[in-house]
Amino acid sequence: MAKKLMKGSEAIGEAAIQAGCRLFFGYPITPQNEIPEYMSHRLPQVGGTFVQAESEVAASNMLYGAAGSGERVFTSSSSPGISLMQEAISYLAGSELPCVVVNIMRAGPGLGGILPSQSDYFQATKGGGHGDYRLLVLAPWSVQEAADLVQDAFDLADYYRNPVLVLGDGLIGQMMEPVEFRSGRVPCKPIPPKDWAATGCKGGRPTNIINSLFLDPEVLEKHNQKLTKKYAAMVRDELRWKEYGTDGEYDVLVVAYGTVARVCSTAIEDLGAEGVKAAMVRPVTLFPFPYEQVRRAAQKAKAVLVVELSTGQMVEDVQLALLGTRPVHFFGRQGGMLATPEEVADRIRAIADGRSGEVAHG
Amino acid sequence: MPQIVIDPERCKGCELCVQACPQKILGMARDINSKGYFYARMQEQKRCIGCRLCCITCPDVAIEMRVHGTLYHYFAY
Amino acid sequence: MAETVFRRPEALADVTTHYCPGCTHGVIHRLVGEVIDELDLRERTVGIAPVGCSVLAYNYFATDFHEASHGRAPAVATGIKRARPDLIVFSYQGDGDLASIGMAEIIHCANRGEKVTVVFVNNAIYGMTGGQMAPTTMPGQVATTCPLGRDVNQAGWPIRVAELVSTLKTPAYVARASVHTPLHAVAAKEMLRTAFRYQKENACFSLVEILSTCPTNWGIPPAEATAWLEKNMLPYYPLGTFKTPGGEDRAPSPLGRGRRRVGHAE
Repeated sequence: MAKKLMKGSEAIGEAAIQAGCRLFFGYPITPQNEIPEYMSHRLPQVGGTFVQAESEVAASNMLYGAAGSGERVFTSSSSPGISLMQEAISYLAGSELPCVVVNIMRAGPGLGGILPSQSDYFQATKGGGHGDYRLLVLAPWSVQEAADLVQDAFDLADYYRNPVLVLGDGLIGQMMEPVEFRSGRVPCKPIPPKDWAATGCKGGRPTNIINSLFLDPEVLEKHNQKLTKKYAAMVRDELRWKEYGTDGEYDVLVVAYGTVARVCSTAIEDLGAEGVKAAMVRPVTLFPFPYEQVRRAAQKAKAVLVVELSTGQMVEDVQLALLGTRPVHFFGRQGGMLATPEEVADRIRAIADGRSGEVAHG
Repeated sequence: MPQIVIDPERCKGCELCVQACPQKILGMARDINSKGYFYARMQEQKRCIGCRLCCITCPDVAIEMRVHGTLYHYFAY
Repeated sequence: MAETVFRRPEALADVTTHYCPGCTHGVIHRLVGEVIDELDLRERTVGIAPVGCSVLAYNYFATDFHEASHGRAPAVATGIKRARPDLIVFSYQGDGDLASIGMAEIIHCANRGEKVTVVFVNNAIYGMTGGQMAPTTMPGQVATTCPLGRDVNQAGWPIRVAELVSTLKTPAYVARASVHTPLHAVAAKEMLRTAFRYQKENACFSLVEILSTCPTNWGIPPAEATAWLEKNMLPYYPLGTFKTPGGEDRAPSPLGRGRRRVGHAE
């Protein structure tokens, strides 16, 4: 498929189709309506099934049923809808079912606004649903990267038997950029056969039960430890991040993800011309988070600036990475307001001049 | 002649079979099973007409019916 | 040589259930198991267990099963059936699961016409959590969250799910049965058989509501509970078939327009 100008939402949908997903269950919510609309038009073309569910609660449970039947399946929503899906996500993780969930973040909390934000970082990486589980969280910064990560997400989900969350801000969903779906893509993980799926106990095979209920505490403890080992493997093997300018000398290290990292990238470039030196670490997986990589990159800097479209969520992981070894500054916009390269550059200058205050701890 | 076989260990002593039997030939034993339930017991096997109402009513599938010979034809219900 | 003519169906696992003595869940489980065996569906059946007394149903049936979150079984069923239309999918739900938290899911699953079978066990109370009021609790019936009896001025009247679902236009098989006496259980099995047969023929959505006893939370012995059901529940929850796939549209007609004539579409 040649390079094509596509809206992020549609590229995400097409990426799922390219990954062999033929089932979508979703519900409309701005700013990701183009995903269900695209799937409703595209899935019948490839012999797939599209269902507009009665709610996100229902959609996420349809996902649970289809995932338990051994099929590749995905859903998408935006922040308030993702809140509604949390119960099912906990069940999916507890039952060890593979699936892909896409969150095109909008401003919150509550009904909030429809414009982009990054205020679901905690929800994505620190829980969201109840119980001891983690989601593998991927955060693209361009429409092309979104398409690539969605395809990887299906492989990762199948390999780990865990839901994978692709976290895009509203900009990713709405903007149009050139996308290429290369043919002959190789899965990024070996895909095991799904002999655990509930597909009917033909030929006397023992019955398969898709379940997260373990009333015996000893059994449930072992189950939790099994899940924890899985997440430890993710931390060991699936860390993805990108560094920009960390080979050279710099005074300020910027940490940002998603489209905000592109804004910061422009700011750093502009400042370079002035002689203010900054570099950036962009986490691509938010879980696992590149703690060691942030810490190492911060060694060369005098201070660290975290930029997010929120009141400060990833900044806590950066603080954890640094453990007080470098001052941490934060710049955020909320409510759907976007950060501009000028604002970020101003803040970096202020840090370099000693005019900026650190983030308070606790 | 139909033979009613009640598994004392599966029985939970609910007495629904006693109520269901049209011949009133089921009763409860004076002994308890390992779970502490008084279990149901056939009291007059000879008067059993093979209606299967006890089997159908038992929530714990504790009652089986066995027959000798082809004299009795049982329709699926 | 004695021949066993009544035994546990193959679709039921050879285990003892945790259900209370006299709880007619066991009867309904067995009827569903017998129907699955008779229609030769066991190896391609997937059941969905609810949250409620029958939460452990996956241990009692010898078929593949999913455990669903509270109320969401019809949505899970939709996901399974759309992913694998060749499977026979049934959900087994109680009053709270289906008529309270799951009300949206059952209506929409039926309305979309998902070709799955829903077994709805109505015992007019919440069993597993210790006897709270259910949407199906009878007026005046005492439960732990209506200790003076259900007051219809506060809690409304009980919901008749079979009637409610039968007014949707999408073709479906909707029926109500009871299992409080063995003769009623025989009729219930016939309805279950019809429901699963419709799914085997890929015809339509099917729902069988089955009135059931809950001796423990009603506070009376099993033998008395069957009489209580007959006296109090049967008049309000009439038994019978409410909708068949080829039947006429049961939409209620507005007041003041007179009787709707059979054969004339609105």
